[in-house]
Amino acid sequence: MSLTTILFILLSLMSVGGALMMLTTKNPVMSVIWLIVVFFSISGHYVMLNAQFLAVVNIIVYAGAIMVLFLFVIMLMNLNSDTEPMRNYKMQMIGVVSGGCLLLIILSALKQLKAAPVQIAVGDQGLIHTLGKTLFTNYVVPFEVASVLFLSAMVGAILIGKKDEENAV
Amino acid sequence: MFLAIDLLLLLEKLILIIIVVMATLGIAMYATLGERKVAAFMQDRRGPSRAGPGGILQPLADGIKLFFKEEIIPDFSSKWLFVMGPALAMLTAIMSSAIIPWGDHIVIAGKNVPLVIADVNIGILYVFGVVSLGVYGIMFGAWASNNKFSLIGALRAASQIISYELALGITLIALLMVTGTLSLTEMVKQQQSGNWNIIYQPLGFFIFLVCAFAECNRTPFDLPEAENELTGGYHLEYSSMKLGFYLFAEYINMFISSAVMATLYFGGYDVPFLDESLLSPNIAALVGIVALMIKITAFIFFFMWVRWTVPRFRYDQLMNLGWKILLPLALFNMIVTGAVILFLGK
Repeated sequence: MSLTTILFILLSLMSVGGALMMLTTKNPVMSVIWLIVVFFSISGHYVMLNAQFLAVVNIIVYAGAIMVLFLFVIMLMNLNSDTEPMRNYKMQMIGVVSGGCLLLIILSALKQLKAAPVQIAVGDQGLIHTLGKTLFTNYVVPFEVASVLFLSAMVGAILIGKKDEENAV
Repeated sequence: MFLAIDLLLLLEKLILIIIVVMATLGIAMYATLGERKVAAFMQDRRGPSRAGPGGILQPLADGIKLFFKEEIIPDFSSKWLFVMGPALAMLTAIMSSAIIPWGDHIVIAGKNVPLVIADVNIGILYVFGVVSLGVYGIMFGAWASNNKFSLIGALRAASQIISYELALGITLIALLMVTGTLSLTEMVKQQQSGNWNIIYQPLGFFIFLVCAFAECNRTPFDLPEAENELTGGYHLEYSSMKLGFYLFAEYINMFISSAVMATLYFGGYDVPFLDESLLSPNIAALVGIVALMIKITAFIFFFMWVRWTVPRFRYDQLMNLGWKILLPLALFNMIVTGAVILFLGK
């Protein structure tokens, strides 16, 4: 077994195990920690595909910013097990069936996929030069539209925050 | 054959990692003594002078004292997270030392050994990522303490670090437009052959400096541990060496951010006219390391100087400075830099 195979298996175990732990732990703060573990293992996969930029941006944005905000909300809401809404048996069954259907569809779609095998640690697809050139030439319109979307979301958030302030006075 | 080369590389990197981590810890240790000496100097006192000649053994005495203190873990805390908090704070503080070029290469037995642990092509983004993870140590520790003062301290720390990260990131974009690379080694090489980046980015450096103070939780931005409001802030429930780790992580952060600032804006290990001289590579590398250390020491002294000169901000002043002054200034700096580069047609 080569080093990359061992690394791949380790990282995959880490991501799948972390995701399962995230779903099964009762404590919401521990769930956040397991989700951070998942993000790190996914970044490891990016590094193996020679996409260092994606790897580090994944950590900065998801592990560094979004999960901190998650923690903020969890810590301030003070979630306890007694405030957790009761889940009844019927809802759980519906969840299992719909989740199973999704798994089935994904599996059948993946079975028909005929892609070239993934090249590990070669290629410049994920490097920052390639990514920047592609974003600002081929995909410049979607890129700008996405940034406008972010801007409108920001303005909307500020507007909601301001509205409360006026009513309070 | 391949394995042999890999082992040699592994050994080389391992030795380098051990030296860098040890040096970081040692310098941070003596930064605590330096802080107290600088404070004494500013307040016309003598400072610690009993342990060893001139107080030179004071950090050791402090460390021994902390280790022998009783360790208290509160009953209502979640213990695992309580222990993990200081460990994470320490880990994230040391992690960013991996990509800083400490000097040029040295030659050992005819083999070039670069004095950087990992010369990755996303260097500066890695620092940014580690800085953004630094807040977890504070947040986990404070939440696990199960204390309202700790929690308020952690919330202050998190919102402060996230707010100042924006201005920091935009300042870095302007710097990247000038240098055209993300690798710190490459940046130092450019500054060796050209001018230091401080000449091109004076405003950017100023914003970076203020943000570095905020990211390290240093006065005047040390609201997360404001002792007169929060009785100690996020490390209120900690005792013994766990408290020591939190306090120590601050000094490591200070050392690393000084190293980053020296590398980005003041030429790193560059000494003017050194690369034209005919010194042997080993001696040149040594001179470079000494030069970098002098620059770092100057920055650390500046951190301390500010701490004992400028009083602490109020929380709304802190947020106003971050969002209404530094962020627009950073945006302005970025746009001007972009326009100048466009007109000069570089």
